[in-house]
Amino acid sequence: MADTAIAHGHDSGHGAHVTSTGLSNNKLAMWMFLGSECLLFGGLISTYMLYKGRVNSGPQPDQIFDIPFTSVSSFVLLMSSLTMVLAVSAAQRKDDRNTNLWLTITALLGATFVGGQVYEFTAFYREGLGFTTSLFGSSFYTLTGFHGVHVSVGIIMLMALVGMISRNRIPGNKAESVELVGLYWHFVDIVWIVIFTLVYLIPS
Amino acid sequence: MAIIERPSSEVAIAGGSTVGVKPSEALGVFKRPAASTSWRDWIVTVDHKKLGIMYGVAAFFFFIVGGLEAVLIRMQLIAPNGKVLNADQYNQMFTMHATTMVFLFVMPMAAAFANYFVPLQIGARDVAFPRINAFGFWCFLFGGIFLNTAWFLGGAADGGWFMYAPNSSTLFSPSHGIDFWSMGLQITGIASLTGAINLIVTILNMRAPGMKMMRMPIFTWMVLVVQFLLLFAIPVITVALFLLTFQRSFDATFFDVASGADPLLWQHLFWIFGHPEVYILILPSFGIVSEILPVFSKKPLFGYPIVAMSGAAIGFVGWGVWAHHMFASGLGPVSVTVFSMATMAIAVPTGVKIVNWVMTMWGGKLQFTVPMLFSIALVVQFTIGGLSGVTHAVAPSDTQQTDTYYIVAHFHYVLFGGAIFGLFAGFYYWWPKMFRKQLSESLGRWNFWLMVVGMNMTFGPMHMLGLQGQPRRMSVWTEARAGEGFFNLGFWNRISSIGSLVLSLGVLLFIINVVYTHKSKKVAIAPLDPWDGRTLEWMTDSPPKEHNFDTIPTINNLDEFFHRKYAQDATTHEITQVATAEEVLAEMNAHPDEHIHMPSRSYWPILLALALPIIGYGLIYNRVILAVGVAMVVATMFGWAMEPSTAADDDFDPPAPGDGGGHTKELAPLG
Repeated sequence: MADTAIAHGHDSGHGAHVTSTGLSNNKLAMWMFLGSECLLFGGLISTYMLYKGRVNSGPQPDQIFDIPFTSVSSFVLLMSSLTMVLAVSAAQRKDDRNTNLWLTITALLGATFVGGQVYEFTAFYREGLGFTTSLFGSSFYTLTGFHGVHVSVGIIMLMALVGMISRNRIPGNKAESVELVGLYWHFVDIVWIVIFTLVYLIPS
Repeated sequence: MAIIERPSSEVAIAGGSTVGVKPSEALGVFKRPAASTSWRDWIVTVDHKKLGIMYGVAAFFFFIVGGLEAVLIRMQLIAPNGKVLNADQYNQMFTMHATTMVFLFVMPMAAAFANYFVPLQIGARDVAFPRINAFGFWCFLFGGIFLNTAWFLGGAADGGWFMYAPNSSTLFSPSHGIDFWSMGLQITGIASLTGAINLIVTILNMRAPGMKMMRMPIFTWMVLVVQFLLLFAIPVITVALFLLTFQRSFDATFFDVASGADPLLWQHLFWIFGHPEVYILILPSFGIVSEILPVFSKKPLFGYPIVAMSGAAIGFVGWGVWAHHMFASGLGPVSVTVFSMATMAIAVPTGVKIVNWVMTMWGGKLQFTVPMLFSIALVVQFTIGGLSGVTHAVAPSDTQQTDTYYIVAHFHYVLFGGAIFGLFAGFYYWWPKMFRKQLSESLGRWNFWLMVVGMNMTFGPMHMLGLQGQPRRMSVWTEARAGEGFFNLGFWNRISSIGSLVLSLGVLLFIINVVYTHKSKKVAIAPLDPWDGRTLEWMTDSPPKEHNFDTIPTINNLDEFFHRKYAQDATTHEITQVATAEEVLAEMNAHPDEHIHMPSRSYWPILLALALPIIGYGLIYNRVILAVGVAMVVATMFGWAMEPSTAADDDFDPPAPGDGGGHTKELAPLG
């Protein structure tokens, strides 16, 4: 991804100017932000790992997790990374129609994932796992909730991008804007791989 | 010729003149604010120099607030059974004193210097993201005000600045103080995080041609290290603060021992942030004195690459020492040993810096100006604080000292004697650059000596108090247990309290000095290069123009400005002056860049920042207010996103007669 960035960073007329590193300011800033996000999720994941086995009341993790269901929604989220790549590629070819198409599909896949999460939370709640039930409950909802909020913010960014592209309201480099949202989106997906493995797949 | 061509619609529309150009209205909801000299300009400005000054003024205001809190604490302890504050007020006072000094004075004051001088030192015209820069300032200001409104709304936070769980739960602290604390720090955290990203990108990406990393002034280096520390430390405290907020507002169980929670979780999260934080506080001051000592020793900095790299080493090792704050919590022998060793190891790069400063002064033609005095005082006082710090690295000794005044003595020596002396050195050194007037040296000497004497009187006795066993955070001490003779607690408490008044007098003299310098007609305009400076920020006007440099200089040397003023004879190695500062500047300005695009002013940063405390009040009091705050965030973010960071090209470059046109030089950043 970084190599592509260097190759395509300066091909547009407006807004491109030489920087000391060769990376554009916006892209460098996005990488820095994602680096910072790693520590945010690091803290949340550590909290969950510390508390996952501590259940004084309410259900245990392995009593309520529905692995096949969550595997499907994880697959949907991972597929959205593929469609995001296609959107970035279309944007670099300056193909607005396909850019918007793929961005919309990405947002829909993301929304499917968030919908699955809402369903899952509701089901867990009915089975007796509230936010305040146990340490497991508090830390599970906080970790996955933070991730869900990140996906939701990503969906808003994708939809805003679609709206702004179709009305031609993107200031600066259009392809780069799509790519930056893409970086964020891939990051959120990668974090989910870690969360899915640690929270759902490794038995407590 | 005018080299900045920017939208000036106000003039054009008001005066009915035809030459004015309209700012870009195409994409914004508001018309873009145009240049003006009124107070409104400070609201909408994105100029890094103005924001630097605003950071400085606001941080100094909080310094006075935090200082008054400290004086109240000392007045409470001046005599046995103090009656100035009750126990509850005392708890709030020491909590808010520390919070204010750390988050609302030292950090933003370092941000003030970083904002003002980093672009100048690397030869840039502004930071990478000017609007985000403005947003960061407003977040800090509104977050700080939000935090302090707790005083008037049922009491401020009272759990100590590290707010240990479960003492921070609603059971032990039923007022809203800690809610204000956690959300206020969340907001100032946004300021730090956005500032960190902004300055990292600025330093990495916007250096002038030839300004390699190893030619950057050392202050810029230290700022870079600090911003990386912030980038990775702030999200950890963010997690901790979220857990605390969820616990207090939504009954989560994170720190509820009855549900099986581990109170050490908070301690780990807090100190993983908290220890890098102490380097965040001190490294900018290290950078400032590393600029000042060479200038007044008339020698280059001894071992420049070593100073830069030891700063980076402190940054790295600083991540592996956090548990030395927790030696008394029963971590187990392995953890204690590891963190003990790591803590001793971090003394090495710190000691390297001290050696470098001393060697810089060694054999130099020392000039004892006020900035130099403060810098030397930093070296001395920080060394004392550093030595008592090493005693904390030794776990058995630390267990004895934990939660006593010895700890208080240690961190005030490194933070007051280190960080704050460095900031004062910076005030005196850079004042003529920022305001064209030099602060009075004679008043400055009074200011300096009162602060040094006051500081040692206040914090020196605390070593003895602590080793005698006086615990910190106790609202009273009693004569019955005060001890005898030389080790009488009462005597040393009294000395310490009187010292705090001397210290306050010193700070007051600084304020008097500022007022005197700017009101008195006797103070002349400072020369362009009053200290015979070495770095790039002196190679432009004082104060710098809005675009900093008429021509972006090409850098060939470390200490570029020095090398333009002085030359060394090849055979005799004699250094002679070949040009004055004025000549260097005149030569640079002979062929100014044309068509400099500076970023346009914007309303969005202040509006977005304003929404954050509204969310905070909403979470504490009322869900309707919360909804309003969230709606404001969404709306302002879209407004921001759709506003181009610079006005359209047509606004900048009106077709002028004789202008060839077409070759626009876009030197200002976008973002």
